[in-house]
Amino acid sequence: MSNIRIIPRLDIKGPNLIKGIHLEGLRVIGDPHEYATKYYEAGADELLYMDIVASLYGRNNLSDIIKRAAHNIFVPITVGGGIRSVDDVKHILRSGADKVAINTAAVARPELIHEVSRRFGSQCMVLSVEAKRVSPGKWEAYTDNGREKTGLDVVEWVKKGVELGAGEILITSVDFEGTKKGFDVDVVKAVSTEIPVPVIASGGMGEMKHMVDVVKEGKADAVAIADLFHYDRAAIGEVREFALEADIHVRRV
Amino acid sequence: MSSKISIIDYGVGNMSNVVRAFEYSGADISVVDTPEAVKGAEKLLLPGVGAFQDGMMGLAERGLIDPIKEFATSKKPFMGICLGMQMMMDFSDEFGRHDGLGLISGGVVKIPSEGLDGNPHKIPHIGWNELVLPQGRRSWDDTCLEGISTGTPFYFVHSFMVVPDNESHRVGDCIYDGRAICGAIRSGMLMGFQFHPEKSGEAGLTIIRNFIKL
Repeated sequence: MSNIRIIPRLDIKGPNLIKGIHLEGLRVIGDPHEYATKYYEAGADELLYMDIVASLYGRNNLSDIIKRAAHNIFVPITVGGGIRSVDDVKHILRSGADKVAINTAAVARPELIHEVSRRFGSQCMVLSVEAKRVSPGKWEAYTDNGREKTGLDVVEWVKKGVELGAGEILITSVDFEGTKKGFDVDVVKAVSTEIPVPVIASGGMGEMKHMVDVVKEGKADAVAIADLFHYDRAAIGEVREFALEADIHVRRV
Repeated sequence: MSSKISIIDYGVGNMSNVVRAFEYSGADISVVDTPEAVKGAEKLLLPGVGAFQDGMMGLAERGLIDPIKEFATSKKPFMGICLGMQMMMDFSDEFGRHDGLGLISGGVVKIPSEGLDGNPHKIPHIGWNELVLPQGRRSWDDTCLEGISTGTPFYFVHSFMVVPDNESHRVGDCIYDGRAICGAIRSGMLMGFQFHPEKSGEAGLTIIRNFIKL
């Protein structure tokens, strides 16, 4: 396999980097650009920006933040939240994003996945899925930060997304996000073993060993990490060292 | 030595980040899409992501195929990135067989869906992978990889790979589950990178600066 990617996740509300709890409660952390630059310099493999209130307003407002980031950050940038059309994708790519993560609009109109991957390549089209456990081994896809049910089974939905052209899957656990209890290893594994494209696990990383679990047991190809980094409970270099010691291949910087 | 670089816009994908990385590194970039501008370029850059056929069609529609071929014989520096590198070859098997620019002999084929151990692996090949010297090559001196040590990771994202006919054109490889994937090619002043120098941090910027210095 490729090196496991370590991806700082920056949840954004307005101009601020924020922290979410169960994707609902919010707390301001600071200036996203300051954090993004620090993560780039520390060897982040990619950055993930999510406009977490975008779906309320029906549009993504990260364009200015991404323009600033792209000026001095030279690793891949993924942007999600409120992206609804091929034109929205074009706009955010021009601002400096490399990939888009789409959830709500893809659920509403799955052909959008095909349109985006056909136009910009499947490497650009990340299908974002919020997974909530409904019974053992079964998860339902949610939208709007875990508020809206879709009635879709996560594994079935992801398989369909890949058929339509999604090049990567971002799985965020509604149950584990912000809890620091670790990733939902089961849902990551259920998805990862069913599809041929990479899976990014997100939500719940509270300590470094959680990464080992979701990579070794969950077969995640990448991990998105938010407040562990934002609150400096671990640095990217420490996570990298920890992974290497656990025999997980990560990029050496 | 000139920092003037013309980047070809053929209507495919997103090239703003390539432009930004070259400008950040001190290049004087002009975006070109006409035969005259391609012929008159001092250095030419062919970026691109997306499907091979769409890329070649984008070039054909703008009448750029012959001007690029002509430029390539001029001994002026030419760099292809990702799909741009793949289009430098004779053909690609992506969605059926399609002709490429034929600047370097060889083809583009699908990355094997299994590693050398027989286990399936993820396609596209996405992420940071180490670029190493191919068998038989001793160093990267006198290439745009000069100053970079073997084993330095770069950011890849692709499902197809270049297979040059002539092994001496193969400058750098990455190993994906035991399979050697061509990461960099060169023939004279023509060079191609499968990974994204503009997305590979400081190591990628080194390649860009080396190209600017040529």
